[in-house]
Amino acid sequence: MSQTDVSHPEPPLTGLIGRVLGPAGPEVSCERCFELLDAYVDLKLSGADVDLAMPGMRAHLGGCPACGEDHESLRDFVAATGRQ
Amino acid sequence: MTRLPAGSVPPGRVADPNPASAPMSDRSLDAASRGWLVALDAGGHEQEDAIARLHALLLRAARFEITRRRSSLVMVRGEELDDLATQSADDALMAVLRKRQEFRGESRFTTWAYKFALLEASVKVRRRAWQDREVPLEPDAWDLLPAGSLSPEEALEGGELIAAVQRAIGTGLTAHQRHVLVALTINGVPVDVLAERLGTTRGALYKTLHDARRKLRAQLASEGFAIRPQNHAKGDAA
Repeated sequence: MSQTDVSHPEPPLTGLIGRVLGPAGPEVSCERCFELLDAYVDLKLSGADVDLAMPGMRAHLGGCPACGEDHESLRDFVAATGRQ
Repeated sequence: MTRLPAGSVPPGRVADPNPASAPMSDRSLDAASRGWLVALDAGGHEQEDAIARLHALLLRAARFEITRRRSSLVMVRGEELDDLATQSADDALMAVLRKRQEFRGESRFTTWAYKFALLEASVKVRRRAWQDREVPLEPDAWDLLPAGSLSPEEALEGGELIAAVQRAIGTGLTAHQRHVLVALTINGVPVDVLAERLGTTRGALYKTLHDARRKLRAQLASEGFAIRPQNHAKGDAA
């Protein structure tokens, strides 16, 4: 990456540098993420706009591997069990 | 298995008939969630049956999580995996029963309950997988950013950004921030494992990581890289 005009959009950082630098936007804490996770998953599976309803969740799930994995597990389990 | 009496739970989302005693006074619950809350407070056989049914669901969730992460436990025998699942379900059940008055009805009750089982199982799996492993905390590991771990986009960009990141890690962070950042993002130590070894919590470590990332982003932005400075967390500090 060249040292360029910082007004340009940040390029996607998906590899090691992405893991080191993490998300750029505001994010919730791990504790808040756990509090919201069930509602986030149910809303997401219902097709609602979760980014509008819960700003900061997507950024945290992308920046915190553990919370990200927990989200994927809950989403997949609820989807697989038919939201009993 | 005891079922809730027919007609005790109206279909669909219903208004709370007893706001004073319910965990949520100004919202509505879906019928199934209300049924769970009623049954778990019913006393007697109905309550015992509800607890047994809930434990079975939590055990199913815990087994799902352990199966999902089986590849990280290749040396662990099936019997021990069953024990991990049972322990996870037991711990999750206690958490759900203890916290059920905090359920706000913003999801289905079962989704809310499952997250405790999945969390218990995922933490136990991560800790078991690292049980006999040393947690690398070399302060100089940041100087060895492996080229093979770079995304194609990053590799194409060359070493300029990498060098700047290495420089920022080396000069812009406290020793604790550097240790946490290197362990979690470069060495791949699970945050729950590091938290256990350092005697702290996932949230506290992530706060340290968040602060370190914010410093790195600020330094890179000040050097003219197209990196957005990290904003403060929304609502409560991450």
